[in-house]
Amino acid sequence: MSTSPFSGYGLGLRKEHYQDFLETRVAVDFVEVISENFMVDGGQPRHILRQIRERYPVALHGVSMSVGSADGLDSAYLKRLKALVDEIEPLFVSDHLSWSRIDHFNSHDLLPVPYTDEALDLVCDNIFRAQDVLGRTLLLENPSSYLAFDGASMTEWEFIAAMSRRTGCELLLDVNNLFVSASNHRFDALAFLDGLPTDRVRQIHLAGHSQGRELLIDTHDSPICAEVWALYTLAMTRFGPLATMIERDDRIPPLADLLKELDIARTLGALDGRACSRSGA
Amino acid sequence: MSLAQWQRELRNWLVSASEESAAKLGATAQAGLPVYQNNYRAQLLGCLEEAFPQVRAWIGAEAFFTAAVTHVDQHPPHAWTLDAYPHGFAATLATLFPDNPEVHELAWIERALDESFVAADAEPLPMEALANVDWEAACLRLTPSLRTCALTSNAEPIWSALSEGLPPPAPERLPEAAGLLVWRRQLLVRLRSVEALEHQALLYLQESGSFSGLCEWLVERLGETAGIARAGSLLASWLGAELIVGVD
Repeated sequence: MSTSPFSGYGLGLRKEHYQDFLETRVAVDFVEVISENFMVDGGQPRHILRQIRERYPVALHGVSMSVGSADGLDSAYLKRLKALVDEIEPLFVSDHLSWSRIDHFNSHDLLPVPYTDEALDLVCDNIFRAQDVLGRTLLLENPSSYLAFDGASMTEWEFIAAMSRRTGCELLLDVNNLFVSASNHRFDALAFLDGLPTDRVRQIHLAGHSQGRELLIDTHDSPICAEVWALYTLAMTRFGPLATMIERDDRIPPLADLLKELDIARTLGALDGRACSRSGA
Repeated sequence: MSLAQWQRELRNWLVSASEESAAKLGATAQAGLPVYQNNYRAQLLGCLEEAFPQVRAWIGAEAFFTAAVTHVDQHPPHAWTLDAYPHGFAATLATLFPDNPEVHELAWIERALDESFVAADAEPLPMEALANVDWEAACLRLTPSLRTCALTSNAEPIWSALSEGLPPPAPERLPEAAGLLVWRRQLLVRLRSVEALEHQALLYLQESGSFSGLCEWLVERLGETAGIARAGSLLASWLGAELIVGVD
């Protein structure tokens, strides 16, 4: 079980809801922003983030660190992120266990990392460097994945557990991504949860997904489905109360709808292991 | 296959979608490759669509899509930020629409507005800072949000009409070249067309910073009286517009 302080329940801050967050006191414990949207020189984005920061704790969630890149990390990127971190003093700084960049090409997508010893060494080196530059512990998120590797030598959860043990990084468990990947690759999501180090999971993401032609696709464009709520309940029971936030990036509904979903997360998050045991007895 | 080789093969698949590159990624990868291919292309096409709404409105959705696909095929992204990807699209449009300069000039406007929106903050120069300036030696600093270009078409009124939802004027070439300025005053981005001389004068100042050098430059072109008078009126206009943010 996590021994870190519980940071409550939050939402991803998106443009559509800026005014709500600035003009009213929205019932969240923190907001999470996409780091890269604010890694700009100046202007309105930074101005708004400063105003938001005066009102709410802020988590920085990145999509471009590319810790799985065989090229190593981009120094210019790290420098900009460091400047943002120093200014905002965020609750968490997170990114994904993925890669985007190779040989000056950047896919702008969260591409999967092969679960091999070579990749583990490289990812750990990159995380060490990022944590050194940023001067703080990173949270790494399990991405949704659509392809498997012929040469994988370990499972995703074995890879993540080893990565966390070796680097001291903490984990952002995206329950929707877990559900999507487990469905796409036909592995047991409970084995994944069992394989994570209980003291390293620090935050949870919840989101919706879509059914593709053959695979589930992580689209963040719909409400959280029943299966993901079920996995979330198990995760909260297993890891203890964890900072939980809901991501919605497309077909963004009114804020009130997201707050209702967040209330469901609050309710399920309050079901501790004993309550579940009693109800199941 | 090493990790670097595997990542290069996946990159090759994303950029080319060739069967050869897909085969190199192994049998277990095949089912998911189209998802990544779709994500990659949809992301870039969506980025261009979002960055150039008025270009899209001007040339039509179908022509825009064709141009965007051409750009994506020819220009894989390099920068860590997707915000940089629209940068070269005006050049692609200039190649695809060589006889329609208003198309790539519209693209320049939209790009400049986006760049200026997130450029570094700078406070306008307070008038009291000018009280004891040695104008012979003064170097003026322009706002980092300033973007300028030479205009050959009526792209600016076309952009203005489109962005206000009004019928745009017919495209036409300007009788003589002009300039276009985009910059930010506090948090608001501004757009202003200027005559070619003012555009060139700003370029001169951006390059050298020297106000006395600018005076000489204007005197060479307009004669002494008119040149000095113009230097004064331009300085007043730029100060009023908050284009000048420092004097050294």
